[in-house]
Amino acid sequence: MTRILATADGEFRIALRNRWVAIALVLMAVFSLVLSLAGSAPSGGLGADRLSVTVASLTSLAVYLVPLLALLMSFDAVAGEVERGTLPLLLTYPVSRAEVLLGKCLAHVAILALAVASGYGLAAAVTFAFDDRSVAGLPALWRLGWSSVALGATFLGAGYAVSALARRPSGAAGMAVGLWLGLVVLYDLALLAAVVADNGGWFTTEAFPVALLANPADAFRLFNLAASGASGVSAGVGGAASVIPVWQSVLPVLLWPVAAMSLAVLAFRRVSP
Amino acid sequence: MTSTLTISRLTKRFEDVAALTDVSVSVAAGERVALLGHNGAGKSTMMKIILGLIPASEGRVEVCGAAPGSREARRQVAYLPENAAFHPALTGEEQLRLYLRLRGENPRQALPLLERVGLHAAAKRRIGTYSKGMRQRVGLAQALIGHPRLLVLDEPTSGLDPVSRRDFYALLDALAADGASILLSSHALTEVEARTDRILILSEGRKVAEGSLADLRRSADLPVALNVTPRNGYASEIAASLPGAIEVGGLLHLTCSQSEKLAVFGRIAGLGTKVADLEVLPPSLEDIYSHFSGRHGQ
Repeated sequence: MTRILATADGEFRIALRNRWVAIALVLMAVFSLVLSLAGSAPSGGLGADRLSVTVASLTSLAVYLVPLLALLMSFDAVAGEVERGTLPLLLTYPVSRAEVLLGKCLAHVAILALAVASGYGLAAAVTFAFDDRSVAGLPALWRLGWSSVALGATFLGAGYAVSALARRPSGAAGMAVGLWLGLVVLYDLALLAAVVADNGGWFTTEAFPVALLANPADAFRLFNLAASGASGVSAGVGGAASVIPVWQSVLPVLLWPVAAMSLAVLAFRRVSP
Repeated sequence: MTSTLTISRLTKRFEDVAALTDVSVSVAAGERVALLGHNGAGKSTMMKIILGLIPASEGRVEVCGAAPGSREARRQVAYLPENAAFHPALTGEEQLRLYLRLRGENPRQALPLLERVGLHAAAKRRIGTYSKGMRQRVGLAQALIGHPRLLVLDEPTSGLDPVSRRDFYALLDALAADGASILLSSHALTEVEARTDRILILSEGRKVAEGSLADLRRSADLPVALNVTPRNGYASEIAASLPGAIEVGGLLHLTCSQSEKLAVFGRIAGLGTKVADLEVLPPSLEDIYSHFSGRHGQ
């Protein structure tokens, strides 16, 4: 545990110096603030409290931004050590590869949690200023907060795995961008296309919900929309939230971080210094 | 006495290329052993196997009674990589605190350690601003953490100026006196000369020589060069009595084998006052090194 904490401490300092902490905090704060100010206009007639509506908007934001931030912080984790030539020395220390990755992950998760807390906190503060019924939306905000961190942890793990597989920072960066595009953008488009082509057949009723839950980003979206009951205010793929029970969507949200970190450790073990 | 490092019949192949072939070495506690060889002779490969970073193809390696790379071995072995590199965003002190904590030591030792390698003044500066020699010192400082039983140092003095190099060897002497075994590699015999107990020369992955400098000198049996300065007018007379001597710029130059050496000295002494001066040039360290490393493994 001391070794994990020591690694995390070092990583946090590095992230602080490299401005990653500042970048993550500012990005989340700015986007959350914009959403909470601008996203309120269409909610008037829906009857939901303003915070619940903001949470629905923040969910759509987080699904893009949190994975991106996580991948940006993690793609260099192993490949960077290989390129700088710091890996061989590190691996002669009495510390396991899993401990190294967990230490890095702990620091990066802490940064994401800080960014999420400050961004959502700001959004909530703004919302409360306009609507005092917003208390009703607090559970949804809390859920969004922790599941955003879990989503971030999943993509951190994915980023470490990519970093270990690529072994060069440039290659890892390319793979990370590809992963983000694939899982966060193209996956949904492909599903949408399949649903349209299927026209209400087997794919739409049986495969589609499973396919949504299999993708950590979609599972995150479904979990938040289904749990908050705010699916009425979001359109598109989010509409599926009404057919999938909450317990089914919370499982992938919790399991994906573990699976991604395990994958990362396996990939890291194969790196020969 | 049990040895800290035992390597027997070690072979390492990268696909079809043999990087090391049938190398056996053992290093006792408190012993300083220098590993010499050209680039690509197998020095770094051997060190990586000892550290457990890469597996051996054949042979047996035992480090402090444990398998290389096991946690038990890693706890007792310190490594200084060639061109020691660290994260440029951390300060020297932060980097050492991290390494101390990874070894389960008190991070407060960071400053005293940096002081020991002469980096105290730069402790709060980022490593990104350090020179190569300073990074090498950070590397050395981390290798001193926690009284390691075996230090594996890959070209530790490259990038150090002569004074720092002397300080560095003084540190090693103190460590060896405390019982630590030291295995260091180098390109040049001149660098390790008087500071190691034993020298091991690798050539194309094979051990071609092993022993103290005196042993190597003896077994290389390289000729001794002599420069005789004749008194005015005696040059040709002396040349006649010393077969093989060549006159170069007023000096008589000749070479003889180690075994003939004393006989030749006697003959020169017999010339009495006709000789103004005698200079003896034993084979240089470079000569000895290239004698062994140039000979390909047979």
